[in-house]
Amino acid sequence: MTTEKTTPTFALLDPVRSAAISRRQALTGGGMMLAFLAFGRRKAHAAGEEPSLRAIGDGTIDTGDAFRGFAPGGFIRIGTDGAIQIIAPNVEMGQGIYTAEAMLIAEELEVGLDQVTVLAAPPNEELYRQPILQSQTTGGSTSIRGAFVPLRQAGAAARMMLIKAAAERLQVAAETLRAERGRVIDPASGRSLAYGEIVEDASRQPVPQDVPLKPKAEWRLIGTPAHRVESGSKVNGTAVFGIDVKVDGMKVATVMASPTRGGTLKSVDDSQARAVPGVVDVVRLENAVAVVGDHYFAALTGLKALQVEWDPGENAALDTATLFADLKTASETGTPILGRREGDPEAAMAGAARTVEAVYELPFLAHAALEPINTTIHVTDEGCDIWVGTQVPTAAQKVAAARLGMAPEKVRLHNHLLGGGFGRRLVADSIEQAALIGKQLRYPVKIVWSREEDITQDLYRPAYYDRISAGLDEAGRPVAFMDRITGGSVLGAYLPDGLPEGTIDSDAIEGAADTPYAFPNLLVDWVRKDPPLPVTWWRGVGPTHNVFVVESFMDELAAAAGEDPVDYRMALLKEKPRAAAALRLAATRANWGESLPPGTGRGVSLHGAFGSFVAAVVEVAVGDDGAIRLNRVVAAVDCGHVINPDTVKAQVEGGLIFGLSAALYNGISFQNGAVEQTNFDTYTQMRINETPPIEVHLIESEEDPGGIGETGTVSAAPALVNAVFAATGRRIRKLPLGEVDLTERDTRAPVTRGKVPA
Amino acid sequence: MKFDLKINGTARQVDVPEDMPLLWVLRDVVGLTGTKFGCGIAQCGACTVHLDGEAIRSCVTPIGTVGSAEITTIEAVGGSPEGEKIQNAWLDLEVVQCGYCQSGQIMQATALLRATPKPTDADIDDAMAGNICRCGTYPRIRAAIKSAAEA
Ligand code: FES
Ligand code: FES
Repeated sequence: MTTEKTTPTFALLDPVRSAAISRRQALTGGGMMLAFLAFGRRKAHAAGEEPSLRAIGDGTIDTGDAFRGFAPGGFIRIGTDGAIQIIAPNVEMGQGIYTAEAMLIAEELEVGLDQVTVLAAPPNEELYRQPILQSQTTGGSTSIRGAFVPLRQAGAAARMMLIKAAAERLQVAAETLRAERGRVIDPASGRSLAYGEIVEDASRQPVPQDVPLKPKAEWRLIGTPAHRVESGSKVNGTAVFGIDVKVDGMKVATVMASPTRGGTLKSVDDSQARAVPGVVDVVRLENAVAVVGDHYFAALTGLKALQVEWDPGENAALDTATLFADLKTASETGTPILGRREGDPEAAMAGAARTVEAVYELPFLAHAALEPINTTIHVTDEGCDIWVGTQVPTAAQKVAAARLGMAPEKVRLHNHLLGGGFGRRLVADSIEQAALIGKQLRYPVKIVWSREEDITQDLYRPAYYDRISAGLDEAGRPVAFMDRITGGSVLGAYLPDGLPEGTIDSDAIEGAADTPYAFPNLLVDWVRKDPPLPVTWWRGVGPTHNVFVVESFMDELAAAAGEDPVDYRMALLKEKPRAAAALRLAATRANWGESLPPGTGRGVSLHGAFGSFVAAVVEVAVGDDGAIRLNRVVAAVDCGHVINPDTVKAQVEGGLIFGLSAALYNGISFQNGAVEQTNFDTYTQMRINETPPIEVHLIESEEDPGGIGETGTVSAAPALVNAVFAATGRRIRKLPLGEVDLTERDTRAPVTRGKVPA
Repeated sequence: MKFDLKINGTARQVDVPEDMPLLWVLRDVVGLTGTKFGCGIAQCGACTVHLDGEAIRSCVTPIGTVGSAEITTIEAVGGSPEGEKIQNAWLDLEVVQCGYCQSGQIMQATALLRATPKPTDADIDDAMAGNICRCGTYPRIRAAIKSAAEA
């Protein structure tokens, strides 16, 4: 039997090394992590748990000083009653991470998924700092990539300590014992001990120095489809999202911020609002006003009864046309920041047999997670409790503490299930606002944004204006590739200290600077043009933007070369076998090349974002009235080792729909400084009657796990736009598609020569 | 105003304004938080409950119009044969992602199955198109409804 050996060090793991932790490094000793970055809590073996863990719990196990079980590191807790709790370092927002992370631990801890309860981690950077993002954050499709080795190590170390404790109790050699379903078994005598019986002894065991991990052949959970640990609660109404929290004496508030960004509250006449039955308080902030009531209806009725005057600030005249005009000017006259240069792109372009150029424009996008933004907060003289669903618990704790003028550890943040994240809950703006409201009240208050507030006060995915070009040789192959990206900096908006001027934002170029294709000469650069409003991450981040542009343009190049879009790409993938295999599989399963009726077409996209490779084929029919109907979507995915295959498929299905929905319908626009879309009647979403059958095919792989939650979204828009081209001959370079009149066709039939390359 | 309601088989009296939507009576007064708020304007279906077995949007249903109708929410829908079948199919096919829309989806699907025991794709489209899922679980919702119809 071969095992992966890892050596625990209990020192801080070098974050740079941990960012790239791989199977190979695990084999050569990658550092053992009972918590992500530091063990740091040897004390926990003897003296209960550290106080931050008091912020979690479902009431079944004592926490903090009262805890008397086995809690090695931050991820596992086993009580004397045998109850096993897994504290998931990442937040559950639909992506199935509670289940996948529980599988990693349970695999090595030798327990069944049915034997564990999964809880949200409290804010604690020391224990839960994500190795890739280097903060306690869930995003960027990094969770499994960061957790794959450490969580298995944590499970294995705990199991070894339990076995050691059992060996002492049974007076036999530890090597003769094995663990199974939460018991240590002595095969020789047939005796066995439940984990709960030996937890106190186990907690006194030294932490093992060698932690062998099971080889793949012995996995019984990883790689098999598992039911989600929390789905039962989500079908019977018992799941508790942030918005469902109940606290004794709690009131409900709703809030309205300045309709123009940067605007401030000038005056409020609240006499009519206070007369609304059930209204309790009116709270003024610098840029917003909140009404508190006995229930949401009272608060909302009160809010509508306010007479508010705003000072609109510098964005009073903001409109979409100007924003795009500014991007165009910046693209043509601004100073680009180099993203990546290979070879001599200028010379290659000058010497090319011909050149192809295009401009692509992408809109601002709102997240519109179905659970509207909300925070419940109770501020007292002693400290503060916050109940919320957030992707950034420590950042939220910190910003609330700063606003309340208290130490972060005085802020107990109780994280909950998220009714969708998509990047929106990577920002703590609403929690900061809640702190400012809660500070003025002496009772607990649940602040719920209306859908209108949720959409109009979102932090958007920025708009982009990209000029892309290629030089082709006589055979139509690209000899030069240039992409000048122009847009705001998401990373700059996100980093606490911003991104210094002149510095490249890796997000702005991700998916363009690192395509799977062999371009001998390449230049990708970025003109920074921050919009006058806050922006943030949106599902698929940089690749959702750049892969749309690059993959649409690859189709343009194939058409210019008179080649089939799949063949054309395949010829540039000689050094990328995983990408080529994904493309081949998607094309085969989608019946690429088989003829379709007029007005119908297939489009393809390919990318290697987040350490995975995904190819997608979308088939559409465009009616004479210009209406787009989605007939079918096929995706092929190589994401390395798969933890829960069913979740991988679900994430790709959902990710595709998320991306298709936006590509068809979504763009946030501004007029007189205000956002024009306010609710799902104007910020349209795809519905079940528009959803085509979706097939997701997984490629068996021995590579390290890649990310999956955002990959489908990245694939969606380019495959859709390329399908519309195949169906109509119309090349759409500006999203959303729904704003384009597709009744006109370009009769020069697009090339779809149509065979699946071998 | 006082209203005598029948919620999940239990009599409840509430004292609220008559134009208060049923959604907020359920969530903020009665404490049944399984029914969700998504849009407040009958666009998303997250707030779907049954009034005498029929699926309605509780966010736009004033409490004053409910009268003596039986209110059923996600917390009790499993008590009916159709509701139980739908919930089981949802679990078997692992429909949920974030889960926030799923109370409404399940209430809507249960009403569909009750009215149309063997729904076609077109029936499913008609009945379910008012329920948004931002996580994109639609393909599995369709499959689960069909599976429940066979159960
Ligand atoms: S909350 Fe009632 S339909 Fe959206
Ligand atoms: S499962 Fe998240 S909105 Fe439907």
